[in-house]
Amino acid sequence: MSQAIQAVETENLSLPPPKKRGNWFWEIIKGSTQAKIGLGVILFFTILGIFAPWIEPYSVHQQSGAVFCAPSAKHWLGCDDGGIDMVSLLIQGGRISLVVGFCATFVAMVLGGGIGIIAGYFGGGTDITLMRITDYFLVIPDVPLMIVLATLFGARLSIIILVIGILLWTGTARIIRAEVKSLRERVYVKRATSLGSSNRRIIFRHILPQVGPLLIANTVLTVAIAIFDETALSFLGLGDPTAITWGKIIEFGFLRTAVSAGAWWAIVPAGICVALVIMGCYWLGQAIEDALNPRLKVAHLSPRTFRLRPLVGRGSDAI
Amino acid sequence: MRGADYVIKRAAFAIATIFVAVTLNFILFRLLPGTAVTNLSRVPHATPALRHALEVEFGLDKPKWQQYVIYLQNLFRGNWGISFANQQPVWSNLKTDLANTIPMVLLGTVVSIIVGMATGIISAWRRGTKLDQVSTNIAIAFYAFPTQWLALVILILFASYLPSHGMSNDFLINPTPWEHFKDVMSHMILPSLTIALTLYGEYTLIVRSAMLETLGEDYVLTARAKGLPQRTIVRRYALRNAMLPTTTLIALSLGYIVAGAILVEAVFSWPGIGLAVYDAIEARDYPMLQGAFLILTVSVVFFNFVADLLYFRLDPRITE
Repeated sequence: MSQAIQAVETENLSLPPPKKRGNWFWEIIKGSTQAKIGLGVILFFTILGIFAPWIEPYSVHQQSGAVFCAPSAKHWLGCDDGGIDMVSLLIQGGRISLVVGFCATFVAMVLGGGIGIIAGYFGGGTDITLMRITDYFLVIPDVPLMIVLATLFGARLSIIILVIGILLWTGTARIIRAEVKSLRERVYVKRATSLGSSNRRIIFRHILPQVGPLLIANTVLTVAIAIFDETALSFLGLGDPTAITWGKIIEFGFLRTAVSAGAWWAIVPAGICVALVIMGCYWLGQAIEDALNPRLKVAHLSPRTFRLRPLVGRGSDAI
Repeated sequence: MRGADYVIKRAAFAIATIFVAVTLNFILFRLLPGTAVTNLSRVPHATPALRHALEVEFGLDKPKWQQYVIYLQNLFRGNWGISFANQQPVWSNLKTDLANTIPMVLLGTVVSIIVGMATGIISAWRRGTKLDQVSTNIAIAFYAFPTQWLALVILILFASYLPSHGMSNDFLINPTPWEHFKDVMSHMILPSLTIALTLYGEYTLIVRSAMLETLGEDYVLTARAKGLPQRTIVRRYALRNAMLPTTTLIALSLGYIVAGAILVEAVFSWPGIGLAVYDAIEARDYPMLQGAFLILTVSVVFFNFVADLLYFRLDPRITE
């Protein structure tokens, strides 16, 4: 029992603080199996996406087998309703799904990070106004609003990316703001101010590098939500009709009678790919967050942004 | 006195949020090219005079702010417009849809809360063991599966044993109330199961982390030092305190369930508010979409408010 507690203490204390900029990421990856698996999954699908045109066994625009043909040596995961090879479709779909996920997250991070930093750094009226707006957007449910926006403004990939991005910034803005608020009071920021540094210089030289890791942990978790939301929008018929994504594959499976044809291979693998990427993001984001700040308590904020809090101890008897 | 202050402040925030949503609803649907009249006046021999007469009839000749005031008045009177698809008032359409959605969603939610709490507590209690790892990773997986995909997989697995479509069997002639009830319940199993599975993962993770938090507190250490049995420590000390974040989070997530039902209802053709949204998107039935968006938002805001009140009831410290 006492050994367990001691072990816990040293374990917590020995978490390496991010000393050198840029190095922290590899420290975290090295220190956690969870992070390694997460990064591995994300990299696997990213590489598959980048090299999609060379990897795909068949063209995604041409029939290469019988309609709904079952998995075989020739077609590992069978064919869809148009006789198109499922493996090729999955690789191609992953490519676009990841692009949507990453781009939407980029939009959300620029918006959320920007608003968080401005609100936290300048404080006062700016802070109150921006946080009020954030509060409202945090409460208004994002999926229905996405549906409304996507219905009204049309089904194009760029619009889908914007719509998802615009609605995912709120959680990030809050977390970043809290961090910046405490950073602003640090001595080195005060010194820089007294030396006559401009606000812009302080934000870019001193604040941004400090919130960087937190922003990246958030980015990884947001990618998961963005991909999830893309599949939902696609399923409701609001995706880009010309693009193949994992969401579209699931939608087509549903609309084009894959269920009644018993063609599980046209639906099941796409969902597993989505789940794998989301779990990868979750594991990696979680590991970064735990390493950065073992006391980060965002759990009460909202179910959309909830995260597991770090373990207090490990081992079965370490109550 | 401070407690009353808190409640009033949260209530004011809830009302303000609904107001923002209502305003957003007004603005968004007016950003569309054309107005309600554009389509109506597209008839043979239509003159600008006809168009103008229609605009006056619909109140579109008035300035925007006046249209907004009229829109607000109509909302309060329950006049939410007419559905393009079936020419019925939106409010009466949505009323029946909502009445269909609530029992189905409720059944799934209750099951997921019970199962999620049980697995969460066991995971936290036996943390670090194989059991915990397996249970937590299964929970993360169910948290990660796309809702519509899970619904389809359940459809593939169980559609041959249980009714997979709609809410009742239309070919049941003059059923007794008991027969009708049995029929509806059997239709409810698959969509409710899907809702339960999608939520179960989330609840497990929430309960587990809340339990871990309290298990690390000093009073738990004291209880152990007193030599109390593990069961008592978990039940009387850890669980009671872990209920605080758990109840509020569950209350918060209840608001999102109605929105989450969109995908499930679309797959199982459950005639609820989710299917109404799905059909409204297909038919570009804007009045219905507008009404549904409002209901979904109000439900989220309402449960947010409930969560605030619960938090206040369970932990009076927050007013300090």
